[in-house]
This record gives sequence, structure tokens and C-alpha cells, in this order.
Amino acid sequence: MEKNNLKAWLYLLPAILFLGVFMVYPLIDVFVYSFEEGYNSASQTFFGIGTYNYSYVLRDPYFLQALKNTFILVIITVPLSTGIALLISLGLSSIQKVREWYQTIFFLPYVTNTLAVGLVFMILFKKTPYSDGLMNLLLGLFGVSPIDFMDGPYWAKMFVLCFYTVWVVMPFKILILTSALASVNEDYYKAAKVDGTSAFRTFGRITLPMISPMLFYLIITGFIGAFKAYSDAVALFGTNLNAAEMNTIVGYIYDMLYGNSGGYPSYASAAAIILFVIVLTITCINLLLSKKYVHY
Amino acid sequence: MKILLENVTKIFPGRGKGAKEVRAVDKFNFEIPDGKLIGLLGPSGCGKSTTLNLLSGLLQPTEGKIFFGEDEVTNLPAEHRGVGLVFQNYALYPHLTVLQNITFPLENLKGDAKLTKEERVKRATEAAKLVQIENLMDRKPGELSGGQQQRVAIARALVKMPKVLLLDEPLSNLDARLRLQTREEIRRIQKETGITTIFVTHDQEEAMSISDMIVVMKDGLVHQIGKPQEVYDNPTNLFVAKFLGTPPINVFAGRIQNGALYVGEDKLFDVSADAKPGDVYVGIRPEGFVLQADGPLHCSLSRVEVMGRDMSVVAGHPAFLDASIRAIIASENLAEISGDAVNFDVKPGKVLVFDKETEERMYI
Repeated sequence: MEKNNLKAWLYLLPAILFLGVFMVYPLIDVFVYSFEEGYNSASQTFFGIGTYNYSYVLRDPYFLQALKNTFILVIITVPLSTGIALLISLGLSSIQKVREWYQTIFFLPYVTNTLAVGLVFMILFKKTPYSDGLMNLLLGLFGVSPIDFMDGPYWAKMFVLCFYTVWVVMPFKILILTSALASVNEDYYKAAKVDGTSAFRTFGRITLPMISPMLFYLIITGFIGAFKAYSDAVALFGTNLNAAEMNTIVGYIYDMLYGNSGGYPSYASAAAIILFVIVLTITCINLLLSKKYVHY
Repeated sequence: MKILLENVTKIFPGRGKGAKEVRAVDKFNFEIPDGKLIGLLGPSGCGKSTTLNLLSGLLQPTEGKIFFGEDEVTNLPAEHRGVGLVFQNYALYPHLTVLQNITFPLENLKGDAKLTKEERVKRATEAAKLVQIENLMDRKPGELSGGQQQRVAIARALVKMPKVLLLDEPLSNLDARLRLQTREEIRRIQKETGITTIFVTHDQEEAMSISDMIVVMKDGLVHQIGKPQEVYDNPTNLFVAKFLGTPPINVFAGRIQNGALYVGEDKLFDVSADAKPGDVYVGIRPEGFVLQADGPLHCSLSRVEVMGRDMSVVAGHPAFLDASIRAIIASENLAEISGDAVNFDVKPGKVLVFDKETEERMYI
């Protein structure tokens, strides 16, 4: 028994070593940094230990802005993208002929580079002295006066960011949901049909519970992904996100480390820990809710 | 309620280029009497499940008409036919409890037929009592055995008081012992409710044992319809004869010559003078053999399998068309068998003769 244990540890050693060095140690380190006040990574010195980093970050208007942006992004894009993806998947699974063709089209954004797509979106929405942009052209048809989406009011910029995020995360969700829908045994639908179940009830009482594990998976990963949003905002508004009022929590952390205001690993660590606590809390709430609504 | 099928035909288009269309059911004519238990019997792919789906309304026939009582239902969609359907895999909703599964069809009722929650539970409990699962109402299907799931599926089909109950291979997912028990159960439930019931099976024993009538199908064609014993005793062709009975019928190459029936060189018995001479298939049911020292059928003896009540004599014959002959003989004759040869006489009623070309039955 003893010998076997030793062998087991030996086999586990490579994984433990790598995970320990590259995952566990940095995690702990971040936690430690977040309590070291005025830590300087060059000289490896700090003034003292305490919660000053947290109080600084939580009072920093840029962080509060980032926090607000991130929450708006999460609350709008996760339900919206999951809902639309579900509708599109339902549509896809009910057509026969050009289904694969549509599937390919819907999946294209997933294999396209974020920054390139961001550029395209910028061109769609940007208002310049020479042109109002394609979106404003469209809106003009309905008599809406041109809006400066990229440099204009806060809600317009937030709209572009949300629109873009939904568009980017949708393909993966559609892919997962179409396969989830396809895996529901046809006999359940036949049984429901013979029993005279309406299409609406069939969806609510059969389809939805049957795909609920997959739906739940998408919601959890959607939440986590949206909380960690950063590259989307950069793709649209450039690297100076604070000036654009479009920073996210991850963006704030990045700025604290490397941005113009950079060189503050302690603040970055504190912000990272705050983000971690938020994500953990939301995920725990999700898991608790899933016990009630998800059928395995 | 009686059901009438008139020239019902279902053609599926062929898949892929140049593929031939498939006639799953071809000109099915049958009047199913009210309150009977009908077994649709045939090998895989014979069109029996398609027939069931045509009756349920999940499929529409290509040609022909279907009547429930006096009403034509040919193009009536499944949800308006009022049939109860039990699927081969039961199709119980895994996320609902037994009670919720059974009340599910009742929740769909609209207008005047709408029921209150108490009424629904009451009806579900009655249906559950009928199939004896009333103590399992709060379980999920995943927590039930195969036999229990089967009963829930039947209760769900019965709860809306259908005019017709359709069962698709109801016993195929059960083990041998449960199968015997459940088929009795299906018979009992059918008798108690008096609902016209049609069930599909590929197991002839199952169909024979509980059906009022059986329909033998092959390749979309109905080969024979009748009471189980009648079909067994008087099959219209070689396929039906081979398909019914365990052990299966023993088929020999034979001929009619000089007013007598021959199997190989052995003359079995004289036949009527107007029997057409020529090559035939001779089928002898396992119970049609009689041990007799000077019997006309000379066989080589392979072995004897004793099964208690009776025994199975496994033998060979040069004119036999399969691997080995199986004769079922009462056990008390065990002492009479020894050596490597055995002679049989045959019971003429258990000998069936079929035309060599058409494989149709010849009455001699």
C-alpha cells in the first residue's frame, strides 16, 4: 500500500509540478501581492502589509467605471446571446434543406479574428467628417439623425460593445445548442404529438428541460467569459479605454500593470482578486439555481 | 371501436441518386373488430411498425383510407386521432415524475374536456392502479425497472381513454421472465378496458400467445390474417409456416409422384389422385413426428435433448433443407431411441405441402 502510494505520487509529479509552478503559485502570489502595499516588482520591495490596495481600487473612479461597464455587459449580453442563439438553433433544427449551409455561416464569426471583426464593426458604426457610417445610413432611413456611436454618448458606445459581444459569442452557443437539440430523442416529440401537445408546450415542457444541462453550461461559461471581457473593448475603442469610458475589469487590471498609468502590480492584484470573488459568487449562485431548474 | 384499413399503402422515397422507392406497406386491407387484441407480426423491416405509425397518424399513407368506426381519419393528424401509443423505448419524459408523466396527456385537453388538477390526478391514479404502479407515482423514470417503465408508458397511453391502443414492440426491452409476465398483463389490461389494441412484434410466440388475431407481414405485404391457431395450422405459404412455431417447421425437398407424397426416397403417404405431380416443399411441424420402428421416414439420429415434459429428437435426412430436423416427442418414449438411426411416422395434419415455384400452400 505504502509503496503504491509512492508510485502514485511519482506518476502525478509532472502534472503537480507544472500546475504548481504555473497555476497554483501565481494564484497565491497574486493573493499575496494584493495585500502588499506599494510593491515594486523591479526592486522586489514593499512598504507594508494591509488592505490599502483594496480601498484604493474600490475608490478609484476608473475601477468603478470598469466595474459598471462589466456588469452592464454581463447582464445584457449573456441572456441576450443565449436567447437569440436558442431561437436560431430552434430555427436551424426545424429546417432540412440548407441547414448545413446556414450552420457554416453562423459559425464563421467564431473562426474570425476578434480584432479584425472589431475593425469591421468600427467602420460600420464610426461617424467621420466624411461619412456617417453604414449604421447611421440605415437609421437615417427611419428618420433617425446620425449618432456618433464610437465617440459619442455613453449609451451609444455601450450599445456597440454589447452588440459586438453578442455577435462574437453567438456562434459557439448556436453550435452547442443545435447539437443539444439534435440529441433529444425523436420519440419524445412523437409521444407528445400523439398526446396532442401544442408546439409551445412541447418546447416548454420537453425541449427546454431536455437541453437544460447544455443551456446551463452556456450560461455559466457565458457569465465567466463576459466578466473577463477585454479584447472586445480594445478592438472597438482602442487601448485607451479609460478615456473612452469603456474600460472593463480585466482592462483595468491590464492598465494597472502595463498601461500608461501602469507599474502598480499591487492594485492590479487587488482588482484581480475582486474580479475572482465576483465571478466565484455568481457561479455559486448559478450552481444553486441549477439544482432547481436543470434536469440531468 | 372497429378500425378499417382500405388499400393502405405507404411508399418512402429512395435515399440518394437512383435509389428505389420503398414500399413499406402495400395494399393493406383489414377490418379490425371492436375490442380485440391484434398482433402485427413479421421479421424486421416488414412494415409492421410503419402500419402502426399510419394508424397513429404519425405517418400519412401514400394511398388508401383508414376509418376509425364510421369516421375517416386518413388525413387526420396524430393529435386529433385520440390514440394511445406505447413506444418501444417507452419515451417516458425523464425529467418528470411518474405522476407527471401520466397526467401529461391530460394537461393538453382544451375547452370542455379541460380537467382540474384534482381530476387529472384522480384519472392518473386510476390508470396507475390498472397497471399496478400506484406506489411509484413520485419516482422519476430513471429510478424504475424496465417492467415498471413499461407499465408507466401503458398508463400514460391509457389515461386519456383512447379509442385505440397501439403498442410498438412492447416487450422487446424486457428480460425473458418479465416478458412472459408482461404479456399476460397486457392481455389482462386489454380485457379489462375493452380497448381495441394493436401491437407490433417480431416474436411469433408473443403474438400467438395473447392475440385474438394475428397479421403476418413480410416486405410490406400482408401474408395472412387469422386467429393464431388457424394461422399456425393452416399457413397459406411457406413463409408463414416457417415464421410461426418454435422449434420451427422442418422443411424437406419432396415431390408428388404416382399419387403419393415422397420425401427424398421415403414415401410418406398417399395423396388424392388429382394432386398435381411435381417437386414440392414438405413442411412437417416438430410435433408431427411419431416414433415408429417401421415408420416411412428414415432419419439418421444425431442426439436427443431431454426437456422434462417432452424431448427433442435431433436428426438428419438427405432431403432435409436446413441443418437438422427437430422432432418433439413425449418423454416416455425415450427408451425406444438408440443407435444411429431413427424411423418416424408422420401425422398427416401436421404435414404441410408447398408449391416449389410459388411457395404457396398446396392442399392435397
